[in-house]
Amino acid sequence: MTTPITTATTEAVKPARVSTRSRSGLLHGLMTNPKAMLGAIILIVFILLALLAPVIFPGNPSRITAMASQEPSAAHWLGTTAKGQDVLALTIHGSRMSLFVGLIVGVMSTIIGILVGLTSAYFGKFVDEILSAVTNIFLLIPGLPLLVILAAFLPPGVGTVIFVLILTGWAGSARVLRSQALSIRSKDFVAASQVTGDRAGWIMAREILPNMASIVMGTLLGCIIGAIGAQAGLEFLGLGDTSTVSWGTNLYWAGNEGSLLTGAWWVFIPSGLCIALVAFALSLFNYAVDEVTNPRLRTVAKKRSVSAPLAGAKETA
Amino acid sequence: MRFILRRIGFYLIAFWVSITLNFMLPRFMPGDPISRMLARSQDKMSSEQVQQLQKLFGLDNRPIMEQYVSYIGDMVTGNMGVSISRFPTPVTEVIASQIGWTLLLGSTSLIIAALLGNLLGIIAAWRRGSAMDSALPPLLIFIGSFPYFWLAMGALYLFGIVLGWFPLRHAYDSALDPGFTWAFLSSVGYHLVLPALTIVLVSIGGWMLGMRNTMIATNSEDYITMAEAKGLKPQRIMLRYAARNAMLPSVTSFGMGLGFVVGGALLTETVFAYPGVGYQLLGAVTGLDYPLMQGLFLIITAAVLLANLLVDIVYVRLDPRVRTH
Repeated sequence: MTTPITTATTEAVKPARVSTRSRSGLLHGLMTNPKAMLGAIILIVFILLALLAPVIFPGNPSRITAMASQEPSAAHWLGTTAKGQDVLALTIHGSRMSLFVGLIVGVMSTIIGILVGLTSAYFGKFVDEILSAVTNIFLLIPGLPLLVILAAFLPPGVGTVIFVLILTGWAGSARVLRSQALSIRSKDFVAASQVTGDRAGWIMAREILPNMASIVMGTLLGCIIGAIGAQAGLEFLGLGDTSTVSWGTNLYWAGNEGSLLTGAWWVFIPSGLCIALVAFALSLFNYAVDEVTNPRLRTVAKKRSVSAPLAGAKETA
Repeated sequence: MRFILRRIGFYLIAFWVSITLNFMLPRFMPGDPISRMLARSQDKMSSEQVQQLQKLFGLDNRPIMEQYVSYIGDMVTGNMGVSISRFPTPVTEVIASQIGWTLLLGSTSLIIAALLGNLLGIIAAWRRGSAMDSALPPLLIFIGSFPYFWLAMGALYLFGIVLGWFPLRHAYDSALDPGFTWAFLSSVGYHLVLPALTIVLVSIGGWMLGMRNTMIATNSEDYITMAEAKGLKPQRIMLRYAARNAMLPSVTSFGMGLGFVVGGALLTETVFAYPGVGYQLLGAVTGLDYPLMQGLFLIITAAVLLANLLVDIVYVRLDPRVRTH
């Protein structure tokens, strides 16, 4: 009775030492996955635009170069703002700050999440109780109001935005990573490593962490999406540094200068669309990772050939 | 029962943390709120107002522990001080006049999004590979990628300004007297459509995908095969066997979703100038009304904690496993 279950679990989580094959399998799976490829292409385009911004539009993008509130034309592809700034220049330059903050916050939150999640899963008991309680409290306190009041008390600036976003962003990934680490913690190869006298840090880094690579990837992407959105929200409310150029501050000025009410749709559409495209690309990538690593979510055609003859029967019936 | 008591204890700790945060922010953060406020008001503040602030921010030269104890006492008894921007209205009174609007907007959109999203998820998982299962999730992921407030701006622009179908701001026609009259209630409903619609649009994808993925796992359970072998109607299996057992994660997300909606309403309310707590919180921040800001934060937190407690109670009713340990 127990035999099929044990084979299933050893199939699902292989020890780190033999996992090189399955990880190159992940890469191969992503390369052939249309969702992953589409996501990667969109991201690469945005990263290139961000890097090349000073070449495409040299100089300060917020300087006034034309008549105010011009509709899109050949000279200004996306029109001008109520001040007379070029919207395309603002949008392309804005990608630098937005992607930068998103990446920093995403990576930092994930690192904190890994540290907290692994520590609490590995040591268990008292340590786990305390760390889990802290994580859950941070998850429970509503994020945006906390962001707002922290930003209100701290001196305005990009540093504050990054700090505040990390503070409110790490808890979600910590919880997900803890539960995953917990299930790997109970595997035999971890116990074996303990018996051979490996140190706790070594076991966490070399035995447990490599086996949750796909979950770490997923949380990292999720964190970046969340960070870009939260940053835009914070800046839209006027709580960021309104003198920097980012997609969020572009939208703040669009709202502040009443471009919505005067019907200047070209001022607020581009920045929002960019945020959405980046978030969409990251989620596509995320779902692709999920699909490649979780056979249950794979497309029906594949699933039918592997198992569940009943699912096939259901559809023909 | 032990489960519920544990949860209550946990929520009390979370509440205590947010009070402590409120207490520490003005005292240990760089920057001096009082001088900023004094500079802003240009000596128009009465001595009473200044006194209020000094007490709130601990400039009354008492030892810090003493301040802390009396601060917690004040917060728990609902003595949150006096609003600066609306002097001398107590903070609690300002909040009480607005929290209803947020609850109305938040709960309406949350319930619609959760019901519709879960239903779509159930159907998508049941008909794997159908047009709905393959087309709707990517579309909803795409819509869900838009910033909350940006979608609201777009909706306001399209339906409010260009088409003129819906009102641009506020929660009701200000020419009407609030009361239980048909004219007033319909005006409230009319003003609710656009803000609620944007929240539903953005959040429905998460519900649908969550439900779909749990349902797919549930569909491969033996009891589903058993039910099929018994020759039960597919619809009955879908709703009573599969969906029922896949509901639990959705119940948990409902609690989380509430925090998201109450917090996220901050942005929606700002775009539509909807007079809820979120809009007021932003007003308090721009007006440097620190007592009101802190009071609002505490009330929003308390509301979210309370909602989570209710979800826990429902959870215990639904899942017998948590009752045993």
